[in-house]
Amino acid sequence: MPEVVVRKMVTCVEEIFHEGGPIAAPPLRRAAAIAVIRNPYAGFYVENIAGFMDDLKPLGLEMARRLVAALGGDAKVVEGYGKGAIVGAAGELEHGALWHAPGGYAMREVLGGAKAIVASTKKVGGPGTRLDVPITHINASYVRSHFDAMELGVNDAPRASEILLALVMTTGPRVHARVGGLKASEIKGEDGLR
Amino acid sequence: MNPIAPTKAKIRKIATFVEETHQEMDRVISPPARRAAAVAVIENPCARKYVEDLSELIAIGEELGELLTQRAVAALGIPGASCESYGKAAAVGEDGEIEHAAAILHPKLGTPVRRVLGKGAALIPSSKKRGGMGVVLDIPLGHKDAAYVRSHFDGMEVRLNDAPCANEIMVAIAVTDSGRPLARVGGLTKDQIKGEDGLR
Repeated sequence: MPEVVVRKMVTCVEEIFHEGGPIAAPPLRRAAAIAVIRNPYAGFYVENIAGFMDDLKPLGLEMARRLVAALGGDAKVVEGYGKGAIVGAAGELEHGALWHAPGGYAMREVLGGAKAIVASTKKVGGPGTRLDVPITHINASYVRSHFDAMELGVNDAPRASEILLALVMTTGPRVHARVGGLKASEIKGEDGLR
Repeated sequence: MNPIAPTKAKIRKIATFVEETHQEMDRVISPPARRAAAVAVIENPCARKYVEDLSELIAIGEELGELLTQRAVAALGIPGASCESYGKAAAVGEDGEIEHAAAILHPKLGTPVRRVLGKGAALIPSSKKRGGMGVVLDIPLGHKDAAYVRSHFDGMEVRLNDAPCANEIMVAIAVTDSGRPLARVGGLTKDQIKGEDGLR
């Protein structure tokens, strides 16, 4: 199995007090944990890549733990999550797909059994590429107030032979959410959807 | 924690960024080189009109000097006195003028920065610009006790996709625990600092 070689770790936290409406107390917080790793499959086509997903699990756990720490240390405050990847130019989109299983596993593990699928996105791009990571409620995908996104990126990554991996967590609904739909208070919690 | 009520600045958003470099050109950096930036997005009280007296912005600068330095140092998780380099920057939305950034950054922001860090004899390197949402701020970095320490000349990029609005200002402070990861272009080193004049 290839080694997971980390060049850089980045943590970003946004606190949003308002967007022109009433000031939120406490403010909405969004946090992103980013790891820039070497792409062991860059530069050539490799058929058998799936084993790398298990190799990424410890890194995923480390990133999820950093996110909870960045949000104050209590996993109970986390209400939304998402994940994403940017593959450097010498890799392929499928390398980004390697993040689905370990990224989702890591956040569920740290959050203690979140039920909803983890929203995700990925692309191939050069250094400085920005990624809009989609966010949904951790227990019920249809909670409309928690549909959100966080833009992230690192100016010097990913280089051609790297992959940028990202996990995102939020502490609540959009700061002025008011377009109806399923509310967090109405979650049944049976199927991860409602 | 809501710094809105007691602050002079009307803060819409605060963001913090921490970067750890573990490897550079396949060489392990141990311990990793770490730097942090804290950014506040505030309403520009002087937007859309010419205001002669910028003292309101100067007072906001003093307040943000303390708030943002505390946030950046906390994000690094080290004592203020252990920070090695620093820098500051501001981006003014399109309805403001570059002088608004100068009013925040230059007259009074530095004193509280140095208070939080314990020291800081050197000039705090700065940059400023006007721009729209998503504008990139390159915060220049220099050693906090001796501006000529060559290993610590650096920069940190920050941006927020939704700031600054036309009537806002983005204010950023960055601190580090080290210089560039593989510094090797000579010049004054940190162990040679005399610490008398803020330069060497």
